[in-house]
Amino acid sequence: MQRHLISAADLTRDDAVLILDTAEEMARVADRPIKKLPTLRGRTIVNLFFEDSTRTRISFEAAEKRLSADVINFSAKGSSVSKGESLKDTAQTLEAMGVDAVVIRHGASGAPYRLANSGWIDAAVINAGDGTHQHPTQALLDAFTMRRRLVGRDAGLGQDLAGRRITIVGDVLHSRVARSNVDLLHTLGAEVTLVAPPTLVPVGVETWPCEVSYDLDSTLPKSDAVMMLRVQRERMNAAFFPTEREYSRRYGLDGDRMARLPEHAIVMHPGPMVRGMEITAEVADSDRCTVVEQVANGVSIRMAVLYLLLGGNEPAVSHPRTEEK
Amino acid sequence: MSKILIHGAKVLGGEPQDVLIDGETIAEVGRGLSAEGAEVVEADGKVLLPGLVDLHTHLREPGREDSETVLTGTRAAASGGYTAVFAMANTFPVADTAGVVEQVWRLGREHGYCDVRPIGAVTVGLEGRKLAELGAMHESAAGVTVFSDDGKCVDDAVIMRRALEYVKAFGGVVAQHAQEPRLTEGAQMNEGVVSAELGLGGWPAVAEESIIARDVLLAEHVGSRVHICHLSTAGSVEIVRWAKSRGIDVTAEVTPHHLLLTEEMVRSYNPVYKVNPPLRTDRDVLALREALADGTIDIVATDHAPHPHEDKDCEWAAAAMGMVGLETALSVVQETMVDTGLLDWAGVADRMSVKPASIGRATGHGRPVSAGEPANLTLVDTAYRGQVDPAGFASRSRNTPYEGRELPGRVTHTWLRGKATLVDGKLT
Repeated sequence: MQRHLISAADLTRDDAVLILDTAEEMARVADRPIKKLPTLRGRTIVNLFFEDSTRTRISFEAAEKRLSADVINFSAKGSSVSKGESLKDTAQTLEAMGVDAVVIRHGASGAPYRLANSGWIDAAVINAGDGTHQHPTQALLDAFTMRRRLVGRDAGLGQDLAGRRITIVGDVLHSRVARSNVDLLHTLGAEVTLVAPPTLVPVGVETWPCEVSYDLDSTLPKSDAVMMLRVQRERMNAAFFPTEREYSRRYGLDGDRMARLPEHAIVMHPGPMVRGMEITAEVADSDRCTVVEQVANGVSIRMAVLYLLLGGNEPAVSHPRTEEK
Repeated sequence: MSKILIHGAKVLGGEPQDVLIDGETIAEVGRGLSAEGAEVVEADGKVLLPGLVDLHTHLREPGREDSETVLTGTRAAASGGYTAVFAMANTFPVADTAGVVEQVWRLGREHGYCDVRPIGAVTVGLEGRKLAELGAMHESAAGVTVFSDDGKCVDDAVIMRRALEYVKAFGGVVAQHAQEPRLTEGAQMNEGVVSAELGLGGWPAVAEESIIARDVLLAEHVGSRVHICHLSTAGSVEIVRWAKSRGIDVTAEVTPHHLLLTEEMVRSYNPVYKVNPPLRTDRDVLALREALADGTIDIVATDHAPHPHEDKDCEWAAAAMGMVGLETALSVVQETMVDTGLLDWAGVADRMSVKPASIGRATGHGRPVSAGEPANLTLVDTAYRGQVDPAGFASRSRNTPYEGRELPGRVTHTWLRGKATLVDGKLT
């Protein structure tokens, strides 16, 4: 493992499998009456959020608290950042307070990379989503969810996603979730197909390790999992698609389309869902939809990442582990 | 005024000769000239060029003196071998009146490091809506001949047409910053493989090429000349080549950074590589070099764009666009054009002095190195190789993409009308 987690593309297969396996151990903690480990006692983690994202922030916070870390939440709104303080000054101020890790969410692609590589601070940096670049813990929790559902909770340990066919549908152009998932799923051996109207696929996608299709119906029968991305209504004002109705008709997942999926296939969504746009209520509320599971898994994955980046050689859970890197 | 004998200089890269400066002019060029009564500068095989002329410099004064002033900018120019620079109009206030251009012009004269030829804005406040008083700026003491809204594109086709027509009355030229604004909303870097991966807003080549295509056709239609600023794509080269073959009066410039750097640098998210137009691909770089060699692109212009440190020491999206270039331009051109065999030193003199002076009507600059001509000269140690150290820059700003990079060539002497502005690499 590297010191920081900036991009899903930085993870090797072994790194990723280690995180998923560790997350399974962390998940067991959630089943205990006392959902807390002493692993990061005395360590301070700041959640530095320049963008509103209550769910991601809460997920990290829950993970940090379950590992007994001291948690500082820093929201840029109403802080000195809104008065013109730079990212550099903010980060250095926090580090001066003795922070061991910075979990950063930022609207600018590359901000976490800059924070980790500019010599501004020494703390470990964990990317909690940057612009339209990356959201690596989201990709990890998605892979975790897929492995559990498609391979099995215990059978999955030590395994990757070799040969699984994953379809990602929606606004790929503006999606850090799509980018992170393509990178990580490829590393884990899955076959990824992106489905979107051509306007919402980036120029330059041809070098990505995945297929691109404009036709959802032909892709569904060959999918083990289909991940629906949120599509913001405002996109139609910038001519990415004509109307909400037309988008839903061509790229939305409804009951009829869900019926074309193989029986074992799951439906995923990183949330927040826009019901009636990319996904109907019927699908969102069905048993095949893993949205709520993904949220629970998010906490386990973030515990695993924090433990592996910060925990050093201490065993995470009661039984000893060896060969931590 | 005293005499200076430059001994053993390779004039335009040719055989070593002596050049005698008397007062403001070149008195004699030949072998074995007498040094009597003259201060001798041992050229020792260095290359002597006509003083370089930059058609595209941002001096930032008035308004952004924290990043550059006419004094620091012209010192940087002299340090880089320039004897004339054209100062872009995007100052605060904008150089859209005779008053502002005269102020900039006068500051240049007072400091005396390099002739400053102000560029006038095409439209009031660079807003693209209403023509600025182009005639008044031309008739002012500054004698403006080049007009540009650089930083912004004159995207309204009618305004561009009128500007092209209007400046014909006094032999002016409109220098277009070719960037279709709607296609580049939120643009952060070249649109392609790297932007897709990095999640940065794309600046597609077509946004430049479509404007160039429109403007060469407009120039043909109204019989005017047009100059294209910082051309950056292989497609733009094809359009300009086609336009020239049709006899359209178009000239074009390329920046040193577009001759050397590619979008791959952006992977570092280091805003020192953030520039407008953005760094493009390998294929574009090679096409630009070839076009500069074959004359499709007429000149090298620096687009010297100083910015204070804090505007670059931040996340990519928040950073300012632009790079300083005056003090490294000749080295980059040697690296990319001369050392690659694409251009000889006579070619460099043409692309960096003769042609830019001719496009901008900078009289007294870009002249042959021969008797009777103004002594605007630059002496270059072409055998030198060294790392770029921004700490040594004369510019007030340090936003160079070449820090620590080894580059060839070093300007050791610059003379402006016989007066040394740079001696042994030190400003006078």
